[in-house]
Amino acid sequence: MYAHPMNNAPTLNEFDVEAIRNDFSILKQENDLPLIYLDSAATSQTPDCVIEAMDGYYRTYNSNIHRGIYRISEEATAKYEEARQRIGRLINARRSSQIVFTRNTTESINLVAYSWGSANLREGDEILVTVMEHHSNLLPWQLLSQRTGAKVRFIEITDEGVLQLDGLERLLTDRTKLIAMTHVSNVLGTINPVQQLAAAAHAVGAKVLIDGAQSVPHFDVDVQGLDCDFLAFSGHKMCGPTGIGVLYGKSDLLEEMPPFLGGGSMIRSVQRESSTYADVPAKFEAGTPAIAEAIGLAAAVDYLNKVGLEAIFVHEHELLEYAHQKLSEIEGITIYGPKPRQKTGAITFNLEGIHPHDIAGILDTVGVAVRAGHHCAQPLMQKFGVIATVRASFYLYNKLEEIDSLSEGLLKAQRILTRRRR
Amino acid sequence: MNIYEEDILDHYESPSNYGTLENPDISYEEDNPLCGDQIRMDLKVEDGVITDLRFCGHGCTISQAAASMLTEEIKGQRLDEVKRLSKDDILEMLGIPLGPVRLKCGLLALKVLKAGAYGLKGWPGEEDEETK
Ligand SMILES: Cc1ncc(COP(=O)(O)O)c(C=O)c1O
Repeated sequence: MYAHPMNNAPTLNEFDVEAIRNDFSILKQENDLPLIYLDSAATSQTPDCVIEAMDGYYRTYNSNIHRGIYRISEEATAKYEEARQRIGRLINARRSSQIVFTRNTTESINLVAYSWGSANLREGDEILVTVMEHHSNLLPWQLLSQRTGAKVRFIEITDEGVLQLDGLERLLTDRTKLIAMTHVSNVLGTINPVQQLAAAAHAVGAKVLIDGAQSVPHFDVDVQGLDCDFLAFSGHKMCGPTGIGVLYGKSDLLEEMPPFLGGGSMIRSVQRESSTYADVPAKFEAGTPAIAEAIGLAAAVDYLNKVGLEAIFVHEHELLEYAHQKLSEIEGITIYGPKPRQKTGAITFNLEGIHPHDIAGILDTVGVAVRAGHHCAQPLMQKFGVIATVRASFYLYNKLEEIDSLSEGLLKAQRILTRRRR
Repeated sequence: MNIYEEDILDHYESPSNYGTLENPDISYEEDNPLCGDQIRMDLKVEDGVITDLRFCGHGCTISQAAASMLTEEIKGQRLDEVKRLSKDDILEMLGIPLGPVRLKCGLLALKVLKAGAYGLKGWPGEEDEETK
């Protein structure tokens, strides 16, 4: 089996959530209602140190990178490349050139689908995904399938919401050229055995792309340990800013792949008819990148390292266990997904007879921010036979009392709406 | 202001004109893919006047209450008048402000009505969102 991130976690007794909350201005605002933010799986809050790092760029060395032969441009270039280093170290990439900056997870996956996918896939080939993918790890493959004739196939999930791996050999064959799978379900929180699946994929010669949007923010992800070929993730879900994401790739693959977008910065030399391209990662970073955001993301990585990803994981689990216990007591609730031990900090549910929008709407009246909808995972909703669910998700700055507020808000929703059903 | 006003909850609990019509002159149904709210509208139209109508569907309080209020408003009116109804008219009927996501819930019934009667497929209110 795979190494569960919980296995080596220290027992934690001095996680100081109030000190952490103090690092986030947004959580200290004085309003009529408290901000009980339970939607970090959609986007996480940004600590002041990240905002300050970006502010510092704009106030003291704002300039384009890789071009200016003057002091502030050299400083910006150095900071941008240093950010790449620090992010590479976070996921244990061998070299910083394996870190390509993109806008977000979605763009990272599309980059692979267009560049690697178009060059390597043809009719008769297969791409294996799971039923629990976020649309951003499904649509790029559907589009690739339309361009190339390669087929998208699905690993099913069980009623508990974990991958159905019995019979995998029927799905994973020598026609399979790629497994593209999420490390953690954004809806259920399920942690998938990606290391085991990567080994199985490599055994039939398939490549492996991991959607790390919901894993990299929450526990230690080691690309060499997992032996994945690609890993995609977003800055804004890991205390970083929006507008910056990462694609990690194995060097030989990145080097062979054709460019994705053409333009400035990605060239070696340009003639009228054709051009030669820069080395990776510059080959995939056409145009002026999100410089402040890359610097901000590196500050977020430093922040997460300072708090400690293991400590964050343990803290989230404490919240998750409590949430499961507390919400299970509510009559008429259906909680989707596996037991807390197999998950990161997200809990997805419905209350009988109440539309998820109304649940979220009433929670909003008591200051609780949750997500209601299909969570960009319609195939998963279809699997559970629902159109939408409510999701509460937790991160390092959440506290147990906030789960009490969630639970009270749900009871309020029932008081207002349950007997009103037609 | 609270979107769970009594008035809205009353319409949600016991909606007006709920159901379907036999042999309607106009019948149209649509859903909001974001949240799965669904509404069908059946209309009887004589000499350009809406003589009877029914709606049915499922969804959140806002989408269902707005549909109920809208049917009360337009019953007995000329069909032409429907074309002129806007996003603001619906907000006025509901009597509460709505954020961008819930707005779509509130407008679904009007969207269905306009699509059924005139083939207008857009979201009410989005026609005039060009930058000035
Ligand atoms: C598992 C997963 N993949 C991909 C994405 C897409 O991320 P982004 O919108 O930053 O591209 C998300 C965001 O919700 C996600 O949870």
